[in-house]
Amino acid sequence: MLYREAGQFRTTYAEDQQIFPIRQDRVAVVVLLVAAFVVVPLVGNQYWLSAILTPFLIYSLAALGLNILTGYAGQLSLGTAAFMAVGAFMSFNFVLRAPWLGIIPSFILAGLCAAAVGIVFGLPSLRIKGFYLAVATLACQFFVVWALQRFGWFSNYSPSGVIAAQEVVILGYAFNTPASKYMLTLIIVTLMALAAKNLMRSETGRAFMAVRDMDVAASVIGIPMMKTKLLAFAISSFYCGVAGALHAFTYLGQVEPEAYSLELSFRILFMIIIGGVGSILGSFLGAGFIIVFPIFLNLLFGGVSHLIGDEISHAVLSNVETMIFGGLIVFFLIVEPHGLARLWQVAKEKLRLWPFPH
Amino acid sequence: MDLSFFLEVLLGGLLAGVMYSLVALGFVLIYKASGVFNFAQGAMVFFAALTFVQLTKIFGMPMWLAFPVTLVVMVLFGIATEKVVLRPLVNQPPITLFMATIGLTFFLEGFSQLVWGSQPHGLELGIPDVPMEWLSQSSGINISQFDLFAAVVAGVLVAVLALFFQYTRIGRALRAVADDHQAALAVGIPLKHIWAIVWSVAGFVALVAGLMWGARNGVGYSLTFIALKALPVLILGGFESIPGAIIGGLIVGASEKLAEVYLPPMLNAPLTEFFGGTVNLQGIESWFAYVVALLFLLVRPQGLFGEKIIDRV
Repeated sequence: MLYREAGQFRTTYAEDQQIFPIRQDRVAVVVLLVAAFVVVPLVGNQYWLSAILTPFLIYSLAALGLNILTGYAGQLSLGTAAFMAVGAFMSFNFVLRAPWLGIIPSFILAGLCAAAVGIVFGLPSLRIKGFYLAVATLACQFFVVWALQRFGWFSNYSPSGVIAAQEVVILGYAFNTPASKYMLTLIIVTLMALAAKNLMRSETGRAFMAVRDMDVAASVIGIPMMKTKLLAFAISSFYCGVAGALHAFTYLGQVEPEAYSLELSFRILFMIIIGGVGSILGSFLGAGFIIVFPIFLNLLFGGVSHLIGDEISHAVLSNVETMIFGGLIVFFLIVEPHGLARLWQVAKEKLRLWPFPH
Repeated sequence: MDLSFFLEVLLGGLLAGVMYSLVALGFVLIYKASGVFNFAQGAMVFFAALTFVQLTKIFGMPMWLAFPVTLVVMVLFGIATEKVVLRPLVNQPPITLFMATIGLTFFLEGFSQLVWGSQPHGLELGIPDVPMEWLSQSSGINISQFDLFAAVVAGVLVAVLALFFQYTRIGRALRAVADDHQAALAVGIPLKHIWAIVWSVAGFVALVAGLMWGARNGVGYSLTFIALKALPVLILGGFESIPGAIIGGLIVGASEKLAEVYLPPMLNAPLTEFFGGTVNLQGIESWFAYVVALLFLLVRPQGLFGEKIIDRV
């Protein structure tokens, strides 16, 4: 009864085209945003803010980037972490070498660098498709990490290859507490998610989806293949690049090229599979799931080892975790290939009819 | 440039390429027969090798016994995969199946280390990894006896598989399934048996590859990365071609080795001058094969021997 749109009439085109046409959705989003912007920084402690919520937002942004490429434009990429690495190292370099730029322009420029790398490695997508392309994106993954390790310029000739992100200062305000870093991340992620949502509702987004569903048909009806595919790579890499910059500046503080391994690319791919391929909401749900799940498992195993009165070794724990992750991926693909976002949609449909079955 | 050194590098690269082909073969088999790009092949190699080693170590089995026992384990794994992962996903888009095999990879990596422990082990097959004396004495080229053995094994394996695919009833059924799941089902090919068979055969290839690589580098978690080395071989040769896996392996192996040996000394100095600091191109082999494969793909998008891609609307 609560979630029903009866009686909500849309009398203008603007109302008809808004992102959340149902009033209850709008209320829910506002409540969520108020909670994220006001309540969380007030009540969240340091652990929650800097170890869970900030990485959650950053991984959501990276997952969003991958979702634009894989979920909307249908180009499977295994090189997400490489684009994040470009973002992280280039933002470090922009702040280091051009301090007058300011942090936010540096992030944007770093994102643009990632986009440029994305376009270069997206070029093969014009010729090759499917698995061949997926393997080709691996080339990007290995090349970028290798280049960041081998060319000292990127890490300012640090002997270990580790870079320490500079302090984030915007207009004289230093973002150095967990709460302020969280806020900065939240603002950027919210704006970019909003932009992505709108972009996917626009002509560009529809062109992406047409290419995903069948690229030959899309080119027959006049969608420029080269522009669309490269744009998808560029936008996706831009998002991943900004996520990488945030990863270095507001989450880890110190990063090395090895952190952006294939493992991370897979993690982000898992996020969109579990969350929902081709869904903005899904990127957030998937990232949340992948972040929270290991913590949950740890608690569970803590309980189990307490029960049996025996310590479970760390190796066993990490192996079981890997196994469960793998199993979950398969499980999700079989049971709900559209992920958590689809479950949410089904729940909403049910809620509209509740308490009646039909 | 020293000619005999060049030859040694080249031959070493070609033989290393054959080792890549062994792994790539497993990918090709499953792709050819079920249209699934099985990312879990690397994990299967790791699992098979680890099972073999631990059977000989923990249970004290002799090798001739451990081999069939491991094979049985791999067959059971193949059947389980078919039942649990593939059957529910029949007629799903290939990308979905691919992602499912990534899940399978993680599962299998966790599972093998949970059961058999995560310590690396040595593996001794009884073929010494030493240069052949007669060859190094007569021509000054050092070629390992073991590499040659691996090449022969790979050659035999390819011949057997090619004959199997071409001339047996099951081979024909496998090719039909690869073409179209539903059409194959419609003409009465028992899909579940076929898939179980092909995963078992891939398990066998994984075991052979695992033994070869295990004897060379030791049996440890790093074996799973071998699959990543085999991927450029795969796209270079074409996903559905067994000879392609061999030729691709040879090209990748040779070019990678030559690049590894000759490129860093040649390019380090000029690059250092250009970029400043010290540029060291070591580790170039981590991505060089991919770039070689990519260049080939730009000319032939389906790999050297892959089936021609025809797009229909």
